[in-house]
Amino acid sequence: MSVLLEVTNLQTEFTARAGLVRAVDGVNLRVSRGECLGVVGESGSGKSVTFSSVMGLVRAPGRVTQGSIFFDGRNLRDLSPEEMRAIRGRDIAMTMQDALTALNPALTVGEQLAEVLVAHDETLPAGRLARRAAIRERSVEMLGLVGIPSPDTRLRQYPHEFSGGMRQRIMIAIALACRPKLLIADEPTTALDVTIQAQVLELITDIRARLGMAVVLITHDLGVVAEHCDRVMVMYAGQVVEEGPTGQVIGQPRHPYTRGLLASIPRPALRGQPLTPIRGQVPDLVGLPPQCRFHSRCPLARPECLVEVPMLDAGPGRRARCLRLEEMA
Amino acid sequence: MTLLQVDGLTKQYEGRRSLAQRLTGTRQSVVRAVNDVSLRVERGEVLGLIGESGCGKTTLGRAILRLHEPTAGRVVFDGTDVTALAPPDLKAMRRRMQIIFQDPYASLNPRRTVAEIVGLPLALHGIATGEEAREITARVLERVGLRANQLDRYPHQFSGGQRQRIGIARALVSNPEFIVCDEPVSALDVSIQAQIIALLLELKRELGLTYLFISHDISVIGYLADRVAVMYLGEIVETGPVAEVLDNPRHPYTQSLLSAVPEVGPRRDRARVRLQGDLPSPLNPPKGCKFHTRCPLAIPLCQTRAPENRVVGPGHVAACYRLDENLSLLDAAR
Repeated sequence: MSVLLEVTNLQTEFTARAGLVRAVDGVNLRVSRGECLGVVGESGSGKSVTFSSVMGLVRAPGRVTQGSIFFDGRNLRDLSPEEMRAIRGRDIAMTMQDALTALNPALTVGEQLAEVLVAHDETLPAGRLARRAAIRERSVEMLGLVGIPSPDTRLRQYPHEFSGGMRQRIMIAIALACRPKLLIADEPTTALDVTIQAQVLELITDIRARLGMAVVLITHDLGVVAEHCDRVMVMYAGQVVEEGPTGQVIGQPRHPYTRGLLASIPRPALRGQPLTPIRGQVPDLVGLPPQCRFHSRCPLARPECLVEVPMLDAGPGRRARCLRLEEMA
Repeated sequence: MTLLQVDGLTKQYEGRRSLAQRLTGTRQSVVRAVNDVSLRVERGEVLGLIGESGCGKTTLGRAILRLHEPTAGRVVFDGTDVTALAPPDLKAMRRRMQIIFQDPYASLNPRRTVAEIVGLPLALHGIATGEEAREITARVLERVGLRANQLDRYPHQFSGGQRQRIGIARALVSNPEFIVCDEPVSALDVSIQAQIIALLLELKRELGLTYLFISHDISVIGYLADRVAVMYLGEIVETGPVAEVLDNPRHPYTQSLLSAVPEVGPRRDRARVRLQGDLPSPLNPPKGCKFHTRCPLAIPLCQTRAPENRVVGPGHVAACYRLDENLSLLDAAR
């Protein structure tokens, strides 16, 4: 499979009152065409900022300070705002975590779908009436694609008239309107109930197969990743700490953080056995020294860990940022 | 021994009648958030209450404590009818029945120090004041994994997990026997969530507590509950020992709920029962069995008359007409 997105040494910083925060620190990642990459991490791990950076959506006081973002052969960091705007929505689309705040409450769903088509779709006919009819037809088609019943009437309704699951579907419909090559879904189901979550995730998987699109699924739920992603990337405190094929990473994690996360998930099978939570909490990102960021919480830490640890080879297609990864094999 | 017995508990909220409704004499709209719920909690056990948002599980928890006044029904706690208590007696009873809230940010007063927040129940119930109260508060704080020198800090100086520990300390300080845990770990990151769950189980063991543990997360309930009750649109549709209900769910709603949970770890050959559509509006709930609009097994009878509870195993009951057919629902999906 050919590479669609390749990010190298990405760094995004925010100037906060307490000092400089490097929210994304030297992230490398690669997404192949048609693939689904899961990005896992807790709050503050930098998973959302990484992909806002890819989309060129980081605003002051934040800025991308280093790295390259090659998408389909072009470095997005070299593009002008106009060129970037042309790519956003057409080639790469992103759905936001909270559908209610991401949608415009003052516009109907049909108007919001039309906005994307007008901005990006060059195949629309030129004549005003024909154009309007084409937009309408495409909008109905998109709402149908994401499984919204009676799309004709639903187009005239406002976001507040839809349930949470339906709003998430609408955002996906808007994101998919121009058939992007890459869909970045930021916690698409976090706000939803499990029965609705299952519907939305299956929808994304189904559309991915039909349109041959690549998907980045940002989530804190390892279960979601296990069921829907080919590869997974685990982030901690602004860095990637482990990546590899989903089954292998979850089946046999090679970074103590990944292992800790998996051991933290309560499940019926573990009844009566104590959970082994990761002790302590995520470090403050201000003024972090260049050393393993997990060492203060790591059960395997030793003095040698107080150095900057690079991503190390952990088997075919797998890497982990840990000096002791061999011992975990 | 039964510590808490709930009989036919109902909580309804009445909407305001609009002018048009008043002129035409239309009845005001009524949301029955909790509808005729009966359950019991044994001393020393954890009863898990599962359901999706809007099913009424939080309202039920609060109605049991009379934080929301129930519309009908009875709550008997250790032989006393809580629903019949006059205010002073209710206050005394609350010393024994406490609650931990979901949102560790919204449930702590930002303008009070930890000592004030955690110590308030001591003053309210006349347990201790002054130095003595401070000592007790410090002891409880240490018990939940915070430090006594953090007594004079404010909530914003703590992380989400630490705040939830403060909430737990507040619930514990009056030495209760029963605690309603209302989604106490839902707002937390996975690694912190595990810390809080471990703490809650430890406290239960040491202090002999009884929990009503409300959650939408089946994995959490499956891990820590002894028995489980499944709620849908204000009603309990299935109850039983946790292993029974999780391994052998009998109500079609429980079956679909369980099969929707994404799982880490060895992929079982899992059956999928997918629900169509959304939760119906509680303002206008379906007649008959409330689940019939989304149920893959619904028959005409389900639309007209609500099914009664039927015993399907030891301590395991479910309210469904099609209990015999749905044994094969999961098999069919496999």
